[in-house]
Amino acid sequence: MRAISFVRQFLEVVLAIAIAPLFTGWIAQCRAWLQNRSAPSLLQPYRMLRKLFFKDVVLAQNASALFRATPYVLFGTMVLAAAIIPSLVTDLPLARVADSIALVGLFATARVFLSLAAMDIGTAFGTLGARREMMIGFLAEPALLMVLFNAFMLFGSTSLPSLVDGYRAHQSVVDPSVIFAAVAFVMVLLAENARIPIDNPSTHLELTMIHEAMLLEYSARHLALVEWASSLKLFNYACIGFALFLPWGIATHGADGGWPLLVAIAALLGKLVIAGAALALIESLSAKLRIFRAPEYLAMAFLLAVLGLLVHLLLGA
Amino acid sequence: MEILMVLGLPLLGAALLAVFGARRFAAELNAGMSLATLIAASFLVLRVIRHGPLLAGHEQFFVDPFNVFLVALTAFVGFTTALFSRPYMRIEEHHGRLNPGRLRLYHSMYQLFMAAMLLALLTNNMGLLWVAMEAATLSTVLLVSLYRTRASLEAAWKYFILCGVGIAQALFGTILLYFAAEKALGRQGMTALLWTHLNAVKGQLEPRVLGLAFVFLLVGYGTKVGLAPLHNWLPDAHAEGPTPVSAVLSGLLLNVALYAVIRCKVLVEGSIGHILPGRMLMTFGLLSAVLGAFFIWRQRDIKRLFGYSSIEHMGIITFAFGLGGPVANFAALLHMTVHSLTKSSIFFTAGHASQTAGTQQMDGIRGLVGISPTIGWGLMLGSLSILGMPPFGVFASEFLILTTAMREHPWTTPFLLIALGVAFAGIFSRVQPMVFGESDAPPLPHSPALLPVFVHLGMVLLLGVYMPAALAEWYRAAARLIG
Amino acid sequence: MHHSELIAQLLKVIAAGLLLISFAMLASRRTQQLITLFAWQGAMLFVSTCLVAYSSGLTEMYYSAGLTLLLKVIALPWILHRLIHRLGAQWDSEQLVNVPTTMMAGLALVIFAFGLAQPITSMATTITRHTLGIALAVILLAFLMMITRRKAVTQVIGFLAMENGLFFAATSATYGMPMVIELGIALDLLVGVFILGIFFFQIREQFDSLDLSNLESLKED
Repeated sequence: MRAISFVRQFLEVVLAIAIAPLFTGWIAQCRAWLQNRSAPSLLQPYRMLRKLFFKDVVLAQNASALFRATPYVLFGTMVLAAAIIPSLVTDLPLARVADSIALVGLFATARVFLSLAAMDIGTAFGTLGARREMMIGFLAEPALLMVLFNAFMLFGSTSLPSLVDGYRAHQSVVDPSVIFAAVAFVMVLLAENARIPIDNPSTHLELTMIHEAMLLEYSARHLALVEWASSLKLFNYACIGFALFLPWGIATHGADGGWPLLVAIAALLGKLVIAGAALALIESLSAKLRIFRAPEYLAMAFLLAVLGLLVHLLLGA
Repeated sequence: MEILMVLGLPLLGAALLAVFGARRFAAELNAGMSLATLIAASFLVLRVIRHGPLLAGHEQFFVDPFNVFLVALTAFVGFTTALFSRPYMRIEEHHGRLNPGRLRLYHSMYQLFMAAMLLALLTNNMGLLWVAMEAATLSTVLLVSLYRTRASLEAAWKYFILCGVGIAQALFGTILLYFAAEKALGRQGMTALLWTHLNAVKGQLEPRVLGLAFVFLLVGYGTKVGLAPLHNWLPDAHAEGPTPVSAVLSGLLLNVALYAVIRCKVLVEGSIGHILPGRMLMTFGLLSAVLGAFFIWRQRDIKRLFGYSSIEHMGIITFAFGLGGPVANFAALLHMTVHSLTKSSIFFTAGHASQTAGTQQMDGIRGLVGISPTIGWGLMLGSLSILGMPPFGVFASEFLILTTAMREHPWTTPFLLIALGVAFAGIFSRVQPMVFGESDAPPLPHSPALLPVFVHLGMVLLLGVYMPAALAEWYRAAARLIG
Repeated sequence: MHHSELIAQLLKVIAAGLLLISFAMLASRRTQQLITLFAWQGAMLFVSTCLVAYSSGLTEMYYSAGLTLLLKVIALPWILHRLIHRLGAQWDSEQLVNVPTTMMAGLALVIFAFGLAQPITSMATTITRHTLGIALAVILLAFLMMITRRKAVTQVIGFLAMENGLFFAATSATYGMPMVIELGIALDLLVGVFILGIFFFQIREQFDSLDLSNLESLKED
């Protein structure tokens, strides 16, 4: 294991932490444009974080240690996830420790902590949000796993970096099953990151909110960390999507030196710009589903992923 | 040449009637064009009898004893139905159920329907056969909904959707057939779907593909035959459409659809042997016969009653074709003939009967003999004939089918006997009070044309008592072709 | 990568797309959305037919591709749009019974279709042979859609989607049917849609709605 690998690993994580809020800001900006509003600045998420970090924490009297620890746990798991996902390079020392099933586990850990913390104070909204979040998570996880399995079937490995390497080596046209997996993945991404049509990140209407309901008791640096973790989660999901479906530009094994890395950064930024715009477009075009329609939506995502598997097996790609 | 006339005359008629269909003489024109078609068809029959099977039009048309006999039957019943429809539709107009615009649609579509059926019978191309069957459906859909009542719209919708879906299955079967043909014949474009070419190489066609193709073709065309459990459209369409349409649907369209099934069966048998296709036809046939017979008991509407009777009889014919062999095929062909003659004559009388009573509900129809002896006796005799009473021809064909079944597949005879018995009791117990009994309904405003009824029944009687040697030879030739 | 292999790959992708659209149809509630999906299905058929025509070098396939473009991508969706506009049904949506169950049934149908097509697939020599199973699946899914829907327009779209599947089966198994047959089929389809259009008006006149649950009075008692 070479030192340069660790340097790159470090670089990737730092980049992820740095530009995740920017990605969120970019989506917000695109949505504003599409809705004919004047858009907030791209740097608005950073300003929010800065403001929150300088405020004093207000805690509920009965808040437990779990409540205080959760923001750090959330942020930590998301950073760890970012370290596993090959967003820039595939030669990641940490990725050997955990494959993508562990990645799903990481996301699940974060969800459990957030839900517990939301119930910790004992307010009605927190419990409600936690309950809804668990329902969605419980349905979205199998769908996500199916999507991942679908990709693994193609190259016979459960590790994302080797998947990207495999893609690059084959240079093949997309396999038919990938279409199904991609649609299912986008559906899961929207559901998992509290976006329309499952949740609306910009609403505080008690009947509909899920994610926001769990954050109501947080303030100051805790809130900042949770928000940052959410941005990171969205960023991570986007990067999983790139690794699975658009692996072009990622510096593969053996591609040393600065040049491939620069290309990889440029490619990542380009893909993020396009993906952000596409997400904003999807969100603007679709209407928010009523909460009891969510299981139906996620079941469809799951079935599509299964269908992708089937098509792959039956067409004998 | 004759083929051109047989197909061209109804088309010409459709065009003429699309223009003049609302005039006073439209009904006469309709009957005249049908007569011309019948004459052309007779010339075609003569030619085939004299010179044997005939290929024409770059092999696109093919006439052998099997289809020429159906062509003659179709043209004949088409003509008599046109005769019947003249006073019938006048009375309907008198009752205010039709206006000139709808009458024009009716006349034009009637001719188009005849053309589509004749094309289906004469074509040598399995693809064209499909197109013609679909065209026959399309041209009758608007006829079924001619009265624009709620029930007739529902019936027509059901008819269109069910037959549309069914015939889509048949198209898939045809595609598979084409696929198998390409394997055996090489890529030849148009000729690969010609029945004569396929028949010549049927031994080389891939059995697995043909087996699958036959399932789809049987289900597809079987829907149009009205085989259970795909029969749902049939009673509704028969009950809600105008009576002449019920008569040609029951008397002709079902036959043509069955013809398509049998043509396919001949090809498939050459490839996979006769066991599987025969068993499938027998199963569907028996099921239809038994189900049709039991459903007869539950009917209140006179045309629905006889619609179910058609299902029963098509079941028996399908069963007979499934048995195979010269005797059963002979009986099936005979039964096709007598059934379409009898059933259309029954619909003629049933139509006039319900016009007299002002309802199609059998409870409302009473004492027909008192009002109009011809209608009453026509219905009675027709019913006796369709129930297989000797000396009518239906008895002869059913007897042949029963004895063949007893010899070759004894286990089927109880089912057949139950079907026949149940249908007998069901129909007879309904018809008897309708024909006899008291009534005070006024007579019809136009005198009904019942000549076709008695001509049909006379022919059925003749076929039962004495079959001309030429005709018997003709049937035998056709039965041999089917194998 | 080899040339024909590339085309075969692309065809598989298009076939998968067709299947995806079929599932989308199964799950979509809005009539207008269904028409759009139907048009997309037609467009995919057009592309796939062009690809097959190119790889097989058969000029008549180009004609049938052109026919597809005219009829299924332009004419029929346009007619349907006009129809529902004139019927005032463009914002119609319908309650679906349990989408996941329907999708599950669809999934089972896909497996069934592949199983059924297996013996034929193994014999076909055309480069599109693997897609025959998908074609059959598209047909069966359209069938399923017709069974689960209660609106007249939706059933018709299901019917047309079924025809799309048949067309795809014809191209994938045999490089298309002879031209005359295809013209006949296209004519039948067009006439059928016209007749159904007339029908919609008659039904609405009689029932004030296009809901087919009105059309359930003719039953055995």
